[in-house]
Amino acid sequence: MLDRTEDLLKVENLSKNFSISAGLFSRPFQLRALQDINFTVKRGETLGIVGESGCGKSTLGRCILQLLSPDEGKVLWLGQDISRLPEAEMRKKRRDLQIIFQDPLASLNPRMTVGEIIADPLKTLMPEIDAKGRRERVIKTMEAVGLLPEMINRYPHEFSGGQAQRIGIARALISEPKLIVCDEPVSALDVSIQAQILNLLSDLKERLGLTLIFISHNLSVVRHVSDRIMVLYLGRIVELAEGDDLYEDPKHPYTRALLTAVPIPDPKRARQRSIEGLVGEIPSPINQPSGCTFRTRCRFAQPRCAEKVPTLETLPDGRRVACIRWQEIELASGA
Amino acid sequence: MADVLVVDGLDVTFELHESEVKAVSNLDFSLAEGETLAVVGESGSGKSQAFLSIMGLLARNGRASGRAMMGDVNLIGLAPSELDRYRGKDIAMIFQDPMTSLNPSLRLRTQLAEVLVRHQGYDNDKAYRAVIEMLERVGIPEPVKRANAYPHELSGGMRQRVMIAMALLCRPKILIADEPTTALDVTVQAQMLDLFKTLTNDFGTALVLITHDLGVVAGVADRMMVMYGGRCIEKGPTDNLFYDPRHPYTLGLLHSTPHVGKRAARLDPIQGLPPSLEHLPKGCAFHPRCAFRFDRCFEERPPLLSVEDVREKACWYQGELKYGKVA
Repeated sequence: MLDRTEDLLKVENLSKNFSISAGLFSRPFQLRALQDINFTVKRGETLGIVGESGCGKSTLGRCILQLLSPDEGKVLWLGQDISRLPEAEMRKKRRDLQIIFQDPLASLNPRMTVGEIIADPLKTLMPEIDAKGRRERVIKTMEAVGLLPEMINRYPHEFSGGQAQRIGIARALISEPKLIVCDEPVSALDVSIQAQILNLLSDLKERLGLTLIFISHNLSVVRHVSDRIMVLYLGRIVELAEGDDLYEDPKHPYTRALLTAVPIPDPKRARQRSIEGLVGEIPSPINQPSGCTFRTRCRFAQPRCAEKVPTLETLPDGRRVACIRWQEIELASGA
Repeated sequence: MADVLVVDGLDVTFELHESEVKAVSNLDFSLAEGETLAVVGESGSGKSQAFLSIMGLLARNGRASGRAMMGDVNLIGLAPSELDRYRGKDIAMIFQDPMTSLNPSLRLRTQLAEVLVRHQGYDNDKAYRAVIEMLERVGIPEPVKRANAYPHELSGGMRQRVMIAMALLCRPKILIADEPTTALDVTVQAQMLDLFKTLTNDFGTALVLITHDLGVVAGVADRMMVMYGGRCIEKGPTDNLFYDPRHPYTLGLLHSTPHVGKRAARLDPIQGLPPSLEHLPKGCAFHPRCAFRFDRCFEERPPLLSVEDVREKACWYQGELKYGKVA
């Protein structure tokens, strides 16, 4: 059985900046994409990561997989820091850590057959397996994701978006990973296909005992698949809680606003609900507000919110919130 | 309410190398003053092509026939020079990606004012004042400053507001919005949908909202039209279709949509894939994916017929639609 209490992944104080060139003669400036990120992922769980565009959710996924190297902090995989590993060492770990991308067709090499695409990770990650063994594994994996084995010699362009995403999933599964980062895996798909892929991911997770990090801007989708959910705003965690707690009783003003803005596919409830308006739009990550970065859009903001960055407080029930006023806000809104 | 647009027998065909593909077949609908009609469908359902044809914006290999009557003018088949008398003035369209719809090398004030100078014969000063007023109206802060900006200097949400402002400058009777909020974050999307509601109320503009997102439809649409394989398969008031869908495809779409309020263990998706328009199945185009099909569905295409006074569906199955019944 799975030990669901074991920390598979632990991220400590992770920060990532990007240098943006401002022209030939000016000094580049820093875009702070992620700041001081701390969290753990337990074996067998699905951690959802939500946030608006530019909040750093994809950057975080890539830092976990070392597709980007973090500037500060550690990424502990089964207790070992993988953020400073030499590439050869890291490659051995990649068997266990895989990713599924948003645009299924763009992430598949158009000149390789489906069989070659799915088998490709095995060549580098598990070179001990011979051609025959690879083929067997490919067929087994294709069946697991709902692709017919006779499609093995076709090319990606012959597939629809949903089928192509199944190829992407098969490629991620072939090395029998422990953790898969799913970066907006269903955002490019039609509604009916999206539901098929979500069901597939949850079946595979159960059957193979996978751990998933599910990144999406779609809060309904994240709610559907996740055990715990992390909300990011301008590169910082503002709230992290069990899915039900977060959706039924959000504590951070940003989470509250975000949830009231989610479209509800139910006309009567959609007409009744009131949107806790967010003022304006997300500030540029290059020029962030002082103190709490959300204060410029927060309807509960006070002058003291500008003074210092709120710490990510852990509440008695284990959920975490980064807002100095969450208790007052809760009282004021009668929750 | 008077009808501002009546579409009747609209067909859209594309010529390919050796064949023809019918993207829209025999579409009928009307649009009343001030109402919001949602057109729902997945990729390839013909939802965008139908409205591009009404705007005279089909790709070069596309041909439209039928009627789209705006008053006593049939927009289908009008020469571009004729169409230009109405496009942008009486009927306007906005798209998913505002960046590709705005001219990157012109200041916003220039491209917005042009609409009024051209259609309403305003002089530059009067046009500029109207532009600023409209920018303010659609919720752009510091409109005077923003009017001097270039499109790239604005965020996605602001650009979409500019597009809406531009589309509304001449107070059109009809605004067609093709996936207007798909590229936007949820908080901005909510603001946009609110804006649509206010504007249709205030200006009496009829709004056509083309989307795949039933969540968006639920909040703003009065009526909806569901398309599949180039045809309308169900049409009626939004509440009726959501709470009592009569076509298995509408039902399937509703069951495929994850709901933020509930966490179901599994979604109940429609099996299979949307059809390719080049190889539409015989009979009902939906039958290969339908849990309620029977013999007739394989052979004969169901016509769009009235079910009750206000709604229509194209389906042979007359029993109760209950999910989990088959498959």
